[in-house]
Amino acid sequence: MISTKAPPAPAKFSRPTPAAPTKPSRLLPLLQAVLPPLLILLALLALWEFFASGPNATLPPPSKVWTDAHDLIVDPFFDRGGLDKGLFWHLAASLQRVALGFALAGVVGIATGLLIGSSPFAMRGLDPIFQVLRTVPPLAWLPLSLAAFREAQPSAIFVIFITSVWPVIINTAVGVRNVPQDYRNVAAVIRLRGPAYWWRIVLPAAAPYIFTGLRIGIGLSWLAIVAAEMLIGGVGIGFFIWDAWNSSNLSDIIVALVYVGLVGFLLDRVVALAGRIATRGTQAA
Amino acid sequence: MDQHRFLEITQLSISFPKSPLPVLHDVDLQIARGEYVAVIGHSGCGKSTLLNVIAGLLPASGGGVVLDGREIAGPGPDRAVVFQNHSLLPWLTCYENIRLAVDQTLSKTMSRAERHDWVLENLAMVRMTSAKDKRPAEISGGMKQRIGIARALAMRPKVLLMDEPFGALDALTRAHLQDQVMEIHASRGTTVVMITHDVDEAVLLADRIVMLTNGPNATVGEVLEVKLPRPRDRLALAADPAFTAARAAVLEFLHARHANPALAAA
Ligand SMILES: Nc1ncnc2c1ncn2[C@@H]1O[C@H](COP(=O)(O)OP(=O)(O)OP(=O)(O)O)[C@@H](O)[C@H]1O
Ligand SMILES: [Mg+2]
Repeated sequence: MISTKAPPAPAKFSRPTPAAPTKPSRLLPLLQAVLPPLLILLALLALWEFFASGPNATLPPPSKVWTDAHDLIVDPFFDRGGLDKGLFWHLAASLQRVALGFALAGVVGIATGLLIGSSPFAMRGLDPIFQVLRTVPPLAWLPLSLAAFREAQPSAIFVIFITSVWPVIINTAVGVRNVPQDYRNVAAVIRLRGPAYWWRIVLPAAAPYIFTGLRIGIGLSWLAIVAAEMLIGGVGIGFFIWDAWNSSNLSDIIVALVYVGLVGFLLDRVVALAGRIATRGTQAA
Repeated sequence: MDQHRFLEITQLSISFPKSPLPVLHDVDLQIARGEYVAVIGHSGCGKSTLLNVIAGLLPASGGGVVLDGREIAGPGPDRAVVFQNHSLLPWLTCYENIRLAVDQTLSKTMSRAERHDWVLENLAMVRMTSAKDKRPAEISGGMKQRIGIARALAMRPKVLLMDEPFGALDALTRAHLQDQVMEIHASRGTTVVMITHDVDEAVLLADRIVMLTNGPNATVGEVLEVKLPRPRDRLALAADPAFTAARAAVLEFLHARHANPALAAA
């Protein structure tokens, strides 16, 4: 009697409860994140199509971009020698320059920032100079750089370096100056000195500031490389855009711009993620 | 050496640059080995300043502090500090916070394995073994303060300096930690200087209560011996006449003779 009656009772209760909340709760946030930008993008594309389709339009509509630049969009990896390469190769060349210049800026910037932040004299003396230098537009450095290095590749890397090094220096120095007195006291009581003090206390305490500087730096690097490559030529996304302009290939330019934007976004996210991993716990306290 | 002069503060005065009056003047105090001394006074009278000078984190402007026959000149692990706001390093786990202090201070006398065990022993002493791999942001205020105490004691200090260690805690957690500190004081025999503004806490924990007058230009107003036998039990003491008498004496000092000037003016 009991065994035949018992099973249906829980089934009745358990069936509606778990089914209802779990399914939408997993899908909904994803939809909420993806759907609005997708809808806006479609709306913007439609607007663009509408305004660029008239007889007097100076820019190609999305449909024309798709047909014109079909090869470029579909296959970023082709390589027909010379400058006739897929966008992947151009982006890779630009990224390589950025990687070199930015790595240099990171190392030099952090080291200089640590030095300056620890000396009130250096801070007072150098800060105004840096504040002026950091406002010099990236391309203004290029002629000097070309004159000094006499070659395109090191000049481009130098422009990246000189553009992105300032925010790293300034933010690192501010981070060092803002190491809380509490942590300095702890270090003093346990007699943590010299390199160990820098490594165990100052660097971790300043890490959030350093990563803010690096994040601004990587954004500036990407801005600078596209502009610099337009002038120095060779393989690279900047020169690709310039080349397309010279051959009136507007559709190629638009495709390249989309890629430039996406890569810039990814670079920012990568540095932000690295910062989050490196500084976990630090901000929350 | 005179046992009553393990930690000796003589004619100490402290002033900050740019302020006309010293914060503290003519502070004289002798503390015996193993003694538990509480320093009490109104907010802003210079309690933290006094502790920082004993810790060596601030310079004295006159007079000096001698610990175990040696004049102090700068901070060191023989005077471990439990700070008013725990001051754990947020990027290290609880274990690593203590380990860093142990590695810095005991690496000459202990092997790696011994230091590891010593850290675990101190975590166990404050009953925080289960949280050893958590970061400070992931534990409660009372737990942070316990790690701070464990870190300080793990350095095997000659004196433990505590700046309102339980000030920011709720009453229940506070009582619990007070009991733990009494236990640790009994088992390790550490000399303790504790700053507090809680009268009950001072009477319950201390052998002597040092009462500071109001700042600026404060000094030691009175020193009260608390002659209660140890171990002390908070429940039994509540009705103990010696306890209530001591409590009344401190309250008298703080609220009748040296009422908070800021509150009195209001
Ligand atoms: N760095 C400083 N420079 C100048 N004056 C200071 C400095 N630090 C503290 N003071 C002054 O010294 C006095 C004592 O400060 P202190 O922090 O020692 O007080 P306290 O007794 O610990 O107070 P509380 O109970 O609120 O913690 C205060 O009047 C304060 O303004
Ligand atoms: Mg204080």
